[in-house]
Amino acid sequence: MSETVSISLTINGAEHALTLSPERTLLDVLREDVRATGTRRGCDEGSCGACTVLVEGLPVLSCLSLAVTLPGRAITTIEGVRNGPELHPVQQALVRHGAVQCGFCMSGIVLAAKVLLEQNPSPSVDEVRQALGSNVCRCSGYTRVVEAIASVGGRP
Amino acid sequence: MSDDVRPEPAPRPVGEVLGQSVPKPDAREKVTGRAVYTEDLCVPGMLHGALLGSPHPHARILSYDTSRARALPGVRAVLTAEDLPAHDIGPAIKDQPVLARGKVRYAGEPVAAVAAVDLPTARRALGLIDIQYEVLPAVFDAEEALRPDAPVLHAPRGPGHPNAASYIRLVEGTPDSVWARCHVVVEDVYETPAQQHIYLEPCSTLAEVDPDSGKITLHTSTQSGFRVQAVTAEALGVPMSRVRVLVPRVGGAFGGKVESTNQPITAALAMAAGAPVRLTFSRTDDMKMMRSRHGARIFMRTGATRDGRILARQVRIHFDTGAYADDGPFVANIGSYFARGPYRIPHVDVQCWCVYTNKLRAGAFRGFGNPQIHFASEVQVDRLAEALGMDPIELRLRNALETGEKWLGGAPVESGTLRACLERARDVSDWARRRERTPTAPGKQRGIGVAAVSHVSGLLGSSATVRLNEDGTVTVNTGAVDTGQGSDVALTQVAAGALGLSMEQLNFSRPDTDTSPYDWCSGGTRTTFTVGRVITQACEQVRVQLFAHASALLQRPVRRLELRPGGFVGVRDEPGTSVSFAAIAGRALYVEGGPIIASARYLYPAWQLDTNRTQVEGLPFMGNGFFVFAAQVAEVEVDELTGHVEVLEAWSVHDVGRVINPAATEGQVQGGFVQGLGYALTEELVWNEGQLVNPTMGDYKVPGVLDVPVALHAVLLEQPFGPGPFGAKGVGEVGLVGVAPAICNAIRHATGAQVRQLPATAERVLRALMERD
Repeated sequence: MSETVSISLTINGAEHALTLSPERTLLDVLREDVRATGTRRGCDEGSCGACTVLVEGLPVLSCLSLAVTLPGRAITTIEGVRNGPELHPVQQALVRHGAVQCGFCMSGIVLAAKVLLEQNPSPSVDEVRQALGSNVCRCSGYTRVVEAIASVGGRP
Repeated sequence: MSDDVRPEPAPRPVGEVLGQSVPKPDAREKVTGRAVYTEDLCVPGMLHGALLGSPHPHARILSYDTSRARALPGVRAVLTAEDLPAHDIGPAIKDQPVLARGKVRYAGEPVAAVAAVDLPTARRALGLIDIQYEVLPAVFDAEEALRPDAPVLHAPRGPGHPNAASYIRLVEGTPDSVWARCHVVVEDVYETPAQQHIYLEPCSTLAEVDPDSGKITLHTSTQSGFRVQAVTAEALGVPMSRVRVLVPRVGGAFGGKVESTNQPITAALAMAAGAPVRLTFSRTDDMKMMRSRHGARIFMRTGATRDGRILARQVRIHFDTGAYADDGPFVANIGSYFARGPYRIPHVDVQCWCVYTNKLRAGAFRGFGNPQIHFASEVQVDRLAEALGMDPIELRLRNALETGEKWLGGAPVESGTLRACLERARDVSDWARRRERTPTAPGKQRGIGVAAVSHVSGLLGSSATVRLNEDGTVTVNTGAVDTGQGSDVALTQVAAGALGLSMEQLNFSRPDTDTSPYDWCSGGTRTTFTVGRVITQACEQVRVQLFAHASALLQRPVRRLELRPGGFVGVRDEPGTSVSFAAIAGRALYVEGGPIIASARYLYPAWQLDTNRTQVEGLPFMGNGFFVFAAQVAEVEVDELTGHVEVLEAWSVHDVGRVINPAATEGQVQGGFVQGLGYALTEELVWNEGQLVNPTMGDYKVPGVLDVPVALHAVLLEQPFGPGPFGAKGVGEVGLVGVAPAICNAIRHATGAQVRQLPATAERVLRALMERD
């Protein structure tokens, strides 16, 4: 067994004091220690995007990130996207367009789309597709997902 | 819309809810991360389970030594077959042990299980289990497995080769005598891969055992709580009354979660450990241990007369079912049953073998035998059109079965809408213009291809209860599982349409085998169709009860009453006279009659094959469903230098009878199309000497957003007919079935290259380009 490290992670603006083995991934720590289970485990090797979180506002695959490397960095999970009772515009659009099927990919897709819209408030369909290139959805065929996200920026 | 062919009017829904793109009730919790899947559950004292897979594709188990694993601190239970009832399970053939017993039959087959305080400890314990094997000769190809000297996987069950899990033959007419009358005959051998479901949520179960009653409660990711209940009880030798199954949100299934996954072993671990156990597969364990689509090799020969009448077809299918039969014999039934295609071909000879090999078991997967046989049939029909100098859609129209004509085996086609689908596909895709070869960049070629699609919707039993609440709202309970396809919203809309209620006035219960009425499974293109039907039946009984009370309350005869939107019974031609469901509920609960509740059940009537028409061997179970039709068109661009194929645009035209929820229905069609696109171009499990070489999502390529066309048109025709709710027909699997042949026909049209083996990877397309005739 490896030695443990005591660190503090900043998750959705809250400080979490944790004692962790250095080999533990951010995904494991979020799901098991913080119980922020909205971050999904789909492949454990960075191929599906279901575990996407934001670190300092940029998308990161939490299954490939070691938690002990991230103290002091602002980590945003799907639980931190919603602000009060209102859904984020991306979330609203996905619901309204009927883009959600099994939902297992949605946490990652919402976060990837949120970053895209912050950087590019009115993305084209092609720019939306590029931004979702790391997120697998096995149910929807992507059509409605892309339409929904593109609609947020006002492009059809 | 060419909706003029309506053989029988379907009942009209009350109110405006049915037919709207009502948002799914679970969509908000899914986009906010609040949705709870099985792996998100955590109960006090919960242990973590893990399974040890066999290193060998075929070996005798000589001995186990689990002592070191048991001694590891934190380990609470270690199980092998010696600790479990010596009983095999399986939906078609009882050939599968919960853990390998006596021998292993595929690499990755679970041989031992551990429950420990955390997952790292459980995985360390797996490494301490010592199992001695005697390696046996193995076989990895379905046709080789039928040779007399092939290694045998299972004890013989009767005459015939012991590796043949099933054999089917269907003969109509006298094909041998008519080949000479055919002006063109084409024949080929087609191969299709073992595609895997890759539901994004790996299989997962949380098992709890009540120490007093012994009752097992399972929370699990499944398509059917009732299948899990039956199989777990059978496997562990406990009565079904001591097994309860609840289904949290399910992260996709596509057929892979129809039968049991890891529920029996998780329950066994919880019983052995005396504590709750959660077992969630890693992606690689899921890929190595669960199941895939059947790989198939299909010989097909088809002949036609000069005027484009298809006269004869001969088919030999080998389905590779892997180490265990699972749903394989049923998949083989569907593959055989659809081998003639949706065409009137008077002379047909179909032979089909479902064969054991030392590979991962193959089972149910969206399409259920149909994608394989459609690939062979629809590619071959295009070659026939080419040989005849005829347009591919025209040839299909000339031979398409119409309403009232007979399927292979004699079952009637009740709503023969293939013609309407093909004609619409021809219009919306601008077929004639795009068949003129479009000029493209140097080194690239464009083409367009079509496939006619047929499938079956129905299968096995469903039931529902509908109950009027005290305030006039209604609770619907069915046992149906929503695996993401949207059945919860669609079925709620069916109830809304049957009783004239709003979505807010309906409560749709989650599946729980303790309280839900029976439903076989969310599979078989059946949930909206079959469960929707039983909801309308039960709602009709509730309406009768409502009217009896309303008649007394309003002092009007029942025959003058009508349902009015919002939960009212009114009097025809008296706009001001009505009584609310709430008032009726009050009378029923407190004054007279008792609570208003109804239950209904349905089993699609079995069709007995007409043995005067068809010589039949095998096929123990067939025809329990309603034929549904579609036409799919794909436009592709082929890079002649690299062999890369890009799908530029696609059209998927489906007769869905009646649209319950347009967004959900289109989502099913588009999602099915993209799974079919993966089947066509990239997805394939690959083995080397029985070892799966690509059991990761990095090495097994499912389509990403950049692999799919921007314009993927779901076109829904509404020709309501049949027993489904308001004339709705099933659609869930259909969108996948014709994609691969449509794409391969488009590749052929673009370049002249004939791809006979799926997936049509760049390498295979290049080879086909070099072999152009």
